[in-house]
Amino acid sequence: MRPTLASTAMAAACLLALGSNLQAETPKRGGTLNFAVVAEPPNTDCHATTTFAMVHPVAPQYSTLLEFVGPMDKLRIEGDLAESWEVSKDGLTYTFKLRKGVKFHDGSEMTSKDVKASYDKIVFPPPGVGSTRKGQYSDVKAIEAPDPLTVVFRLKEQSGSFIASLLSPYNFIYKADILAKDPHWYEKNIMGTGPFTFVEHVKGSHVVGKKNPNYWDKGKPYLDGFRAIFMRDSAAQVAAVRGERAHIQFRGFSPAERDSIVSTLGSKVTVQESPWDCILLVGINHEKKPFDDKRVRRALTLALDRHEASKALSKIAIVKAVAGVQVPGTPFATPPEELNKLAGYWPDIEKSRAEARRLLKEAGVPEGFQFTFTNRGIPMPYEPLGVWLIDQWRKVGLNVKQEVIEAAAYFGTIRKGDTQVHMDFQCGYIVEPDLDMYKFLSTDRNPANYGRYKDPVLDDLYDKQSRATNVEERKRLVRQFEKRVLDEEAHYLMTLQWHRIIPHSAKVKGWTVTPSHYLNNTLDTVWLTQ
Amino acid sequence: MARYILKRLLAMIPTLLGVAILIFLLLRVVPGDVVEARYLGQGSQFQSQDLMNQERAKLGLDQPLWKQFTSWMAGLARLDFGLSMWTGAPITEEIKLRFALSLQLALMASTIATLLAIPLGILAAVKQDTWIDYAVRVFSIAGLATPSFWLGILMILVMLTVFKWIPPMVFTPFWVNPWENLAQLIWPALAVGYRYSAVGTRMMRSAMLEVLREDYIRTARAKGLWLKLILSRHALKNAILPVLTVISLEFAFLLGGLVVTEQVFNLNGLGMLFVEAIARRDYTLTQALVMLVATFFLIVNFVVDIAYAWLDPRIRYR
Repeated sequence: MRPTLASTAMAAACLLALGSNLQAETPKRGGTLNFAVVAEPPNTDCHATTTFAMVHPVAPQYSTLLEFVGPMDKLRIEGDLAESWEVSKDGLTYTFKLRKGVKFHDGSEMTSKDVKASYDKIVFPPPGVGSTRKGQYSDVKAIEAPDPLTVVFRLKEQSGSFIASLLSPYNFIYKADILAKDPHWYEKNIMGTGPFTFVEHVKGSHVVGKKNPNYWDKGKPYLDGFRAIFMRDSAAQVAAVRGERAHIQFRGFSPAERDSIVSTLGSKVTVQESPWDCILLVGINHEKKPFDDKRVRRALTLALDRHEASKALSKIAIVKAVAGVQVPGTPFATPPEELNKLAGYWPDIEKSRAEARRLLKEAGVPEGFQFTFTNRGIPMPYEPLGVWLIDQWRKVGLNVKQEVIEAAAYFGTIRKGDTQVHMDFQCGYIVEPDLDMYKFLSTDRNPANYGRYKDPVLDDLYDKQSRATNVEERKRLVRQFEKRVLDEEAHYLMTLQWHRIIPHSAKVKGWTVTPSHYLNNTLDTVWLTQ
Repeated sequence: MARYILKRLLAMIPTLLGVAILIFLLLRVVPGDVVEARYLGQGSQFQSQDLMNQERAKLGLDQPLWKQFTSWMAGLARLDFGLSMWTGAPITEEIKLRFALSLQLALMASTIATLLAIPLGILAAVKQDTWIDYAVRVFSIAGLATPSFWLGILMILVMLTVFKWIPPMVFTPFWVNPWENLAQLIWPALAVGYRYSAVGTRMMRSAMLEVLREDYIRTARAKGLWLKLILSRHALKNAILPVLTVISLEFAFLLGGLVVTEQVFNLNGLGMLFVEAIARRDYTLTQALVMLVATFFLIVNFVVDIAYAWLDPRIRYR
């Protein structure tokens, strides 16, 4: 991943822009928060895991170096274990001063040795130790701990998005002595410096945590404890919130599920909604004919009436906004009037589809041409979006057969390169061009680009925006990148931005929805009215 | 009899070996593996092939199939199921956790099914072609036509709408808090028990009707024996054999087959574990669960066969 110099402040602003108001109330103390978690992580080591299911039940027991805090409209980057930080003039050295007196749950003091050991495990994992985010820190040269309260990150190259990468909610700080003895210890054990201490984990059932009386942020947390209950079935999750067995489920519900909860609980429920930094993309295999022809790919995007779909699909699925490569409303997102100039975003759908037909004819694709669209066997929102796409493509004379692959085998299948057109997926913990656009880089730079194309021009634009020191300049480069990937070359097609809907018990206060279900899960600010 | 028992026990070995080979091969035919399931989902844009290869090697998935099979077989011979590929925890630990819930639910559902099926089946047979018979038949056909998970959803909806209450969603063992335990499990047990009682009721009714037409029953009646005595001493013993088979096999099925009902009531049982293990391509756990369920089926079958001899003196095994 290439660095940027403009994103640190923008990262917070991205989330700021999506805000909602939260009335200030005096928090009450006590009570146990019960919440549903829709999946269970394989183990408890967040450094080696990619699923959000890890963050929800485990994050309350850990701290990170930096974090996003505050309600949506005042969201800001703050130090969690870091009290302050500074960047050297050459942008290659990041020095963090740690809070004094932070204790692990076993009573030992947290020092820079622990931060270094944790980040060493993530960035330079020893043989046999998995780190799923190692590639994200490829610019890091060394991590040092010159004194107990100072941590220094030395980079190979400038990286404006480095702070953003330290905001990863997965980067828990573990105890160095434990890691030295057994780097796998945290796979089966939970012990951090977070607002809650670990009580029990009954596999397949629940995780229980209780208030950490020695938490560094005096006065917090407000809750006596929490119980994270694993519930795979969405009907069970809805029933749990409706029947007040769970106060909240932090990932999100569909519009129909929200309505069902609201109809039962009425004024006893609060609904928070936000654009969601997740999107389903349509990947087009450039190695399969006729999809190697950009006219065909452009026709596929021109056939889509995204504006009408936004109105219709948002009633039944967890999607809403018409989006480019950035979450709408965030600082680097293209404004709607400009986005509407891109192929597939034109407000006049008849004109758009006429152009699609013309391009298909020009490329020699006959009327009724049949191809297979491979979709993932997950109902929401893959199923409604898959049906919508097929319907849209049929309107320009394409005959599409849908092939649904079971979720676990899905990415393995599309990695092989046998598919023609397929659904792909992207989800982030922060709206940041470097993180969001990495997906589209040439396949030799990013093997997770299942479109299997190489585009040096696109790669160059990515690197340039990444190094841009000026926000306006970076915006311009992001737009150029977006135009190339979505319009000129139509390498990938965007569907609609996900929309996060959290209906929860009105008893829950101090929690606000963010555009990422990975964030705001430490529960230190959460309290219950009764 | 002892020889027969020994023969039956020995016959289980090739059956289990066949099951083992079948499940081992079937799992490898299905696309994807546990490493893909774990690493190629969300946040996967930074994944490296090296990491995936390293994980595969750690789990032994890079070994030839024959080597993987023999090493699994060697473990099984020592009753060592190994570690779950998904969680890394011992499989016995994973199963033990869910077994108590599944066993209790299977026992409760089977008890409900038996308590409903036998008296209702007898009643319907004795009162054949009366309104009682019709009512029992409607009740049992409704049970056959209603999937237990659907009945479960209905129960939850009624409880929510009428009583503003739903069963607890976290399992509490009976010995810790019997009330909390029953408050959670009685509803799925009723939903499942009713479904299975329907099969038993119909079986009981038809078997009873057949027996009641036998000469020896007519003779007993002609002798002036009390009907209750005829039913309990002469008819029931003969009519119950097929019902016993059905209920016993259902009991074995209930241990690992209640996937959707477990989902609806959020029960942390073996059925859910089974489905999740398959979805995650957790080969070792799926193989262990299949072997467990197959063994259980074989044992139940064996016990039923032995019970036949005890219940029906005409049956003798050699």
